[in-house]
Amino acid sequence: MAEIPHLLVHNRRDNVGVVVVENLEANTNMLCCITEDNSTFRLTSKMDVPIGHKIALLDLKSGETATKYGEDIGKIVTDVAQGDHVHTHNCKTKRW
Amino acid sequence: MSLGYEGRKIIGYRREDGRVGVRNHVLILPLDDISNAACEAVANNIKGTIAIPHAYGRLQFGEDLELHFKTIIGTGSNPNIAACVVIGIEPGWTQRVVDGIAATGKPVEGFSIEQNGDLKTIMNASRAAKEMVHYATEIQREECDISELWISTKCGESDTTTGLGANPTVGNMYDKLLPVGITGCFGETSEITGAEHICRRRAVNEEVGDRWYKMWKTYQDEVIFAHQTDDLSDSQPTKGNIAGGLTTIEEKALGNLEKIGRTSMYKEILGPAETPNSGEGLYFMDSSSAAAECVTIMAAGGFVIHTFPTGQGNVIGHPIVPVIKITANPRTIRTMSEHIDVDVSGILRREMTIDQAGDVLIEMICRTANGRNTAAEALGHREFSMTKLYRSA
Repeated sequence: MAEIPHLLVHNRRDNVGVVVVENLEANTNMLCCITEDNSTFRLTSKMDVPIGHKIALLDLKSGETATKYGEDIGKIVTDVAQGDHVHTHNCKTKRW
Repeated sequence: MSLGYEGRKIIGYRREDGRVGVRNHVLILPLDDISNAACEAVANNIKGTIAIPHAYGRLQFGEDLELHFKTIIGTGSNPNIAACVVIGIEPGWTQRVVDGIAATGKPVEGFSIEQNGDLKTIMNASRAAKEMVHYATEIQREECDISELWISTKCGESDTTTGLGANPTVGNMYDKLLPVGITGCFGETSEITGAEHICRRRAVNEEVGDRWYKMWKTYQDEVIFAHQTDDLSDSQPTKGNIAGGLTTIEEKALGNLEKIGRTSMYKEILGPAETPNSGEGLYFMDSSSAAAECVTIMAAGGFVIHTFPTGQGNVIGHPIVPVIKITANPRTIRTMSEHIDVDVSGILRREMTIDQAGDVLIEMICRTANGRNTAAEALGHREFSMTKLYRSA
């Protein structure tokens, strides 16, 4: 892969991906790679997101499940638009 | 998949009990907190020895006391120790530690401070330690099989890159070396929360998986829920985890479990600091997720090399076990490279596969086993932290 990906996604079922470059800015036409099969797609970031933080791959409604590794990692608690930063402000564990 | 590592040799220290060590320390071991000063004085007198001061050992009782003995005896018994001086305040418990370590066949002598004072104890213990240094420094490394290594793992200051890169690298190493016959260990009971359904299925059979689940549930009920004051979102994930992009305990747990790869299954559950006694294979140790506590009890269980994936950059080491740091986070490589032994950030750039990263880690394990000092060793990280189950009497 000549171009370095901006976002990695573990599993095809995931609805969030991880920023893997520093200083990612809003409106970047990100190269995204699904690590399980190495397939790629493009997505535009809606905001500056730090390395290691997540971005929504689709519009997610409050109450929906966030999926990563193909597994449930918690619930969305505020509506999120595709390309938005997903973190503790809009996603919570279902445990406690 | 194990092809290529079958029959791979390292050069280690063959101990009296047949186990293989990768370091050759003469340990000055305090039984209790009040013997730290004497131990440190001996280690200062006799070059080539190491003291490991710690905070406990008095007025403990029941299961907590047994864990204390298991940790102290296990640390002295670790194959990375050539010989050991034990110092305690009184002779009874000191002798119990000496006897426990002596079962390995290695040289060990105990000294107690009551009726002697620090100065006489330090003089006598220093003379013994000096003889042990002469003994240890004449032991030669010899060829041993890679399968004889006991390799533990625990990750720390994790972030999302840990689950993408550093942990799968460790998992790939286990998938390749467990079939060759190494003994492996993972743990971190609290951090499996969120992926307990998956961990339960990674046992060799349902019976072991059920016992694992019961152990996890007991911890959850008796420790987490019994002492919970808030929703725990501030401690699991930790502040560092959250800064690194991990949002929930589930996300952290799923990343954590990447350390056991795709095919590795655990065969048995170990209590804290317990030594495996059912042969080669992968074990789960019931352990804290705090880095120093976890590495300390895994070392006490007999593991001689620790693989430590980190995201945001945990700096931990251990006094007698080389801790190999692995990171996939390019920012951590940029800002904290002196702490990192294995850079797998190429995984995030898709320049390196997990399979290649696993091979790079195995090479570093062999080099470390052969004598290369890790970043943590070079930087003098010697964290030794006892796990305490409840307040002393």
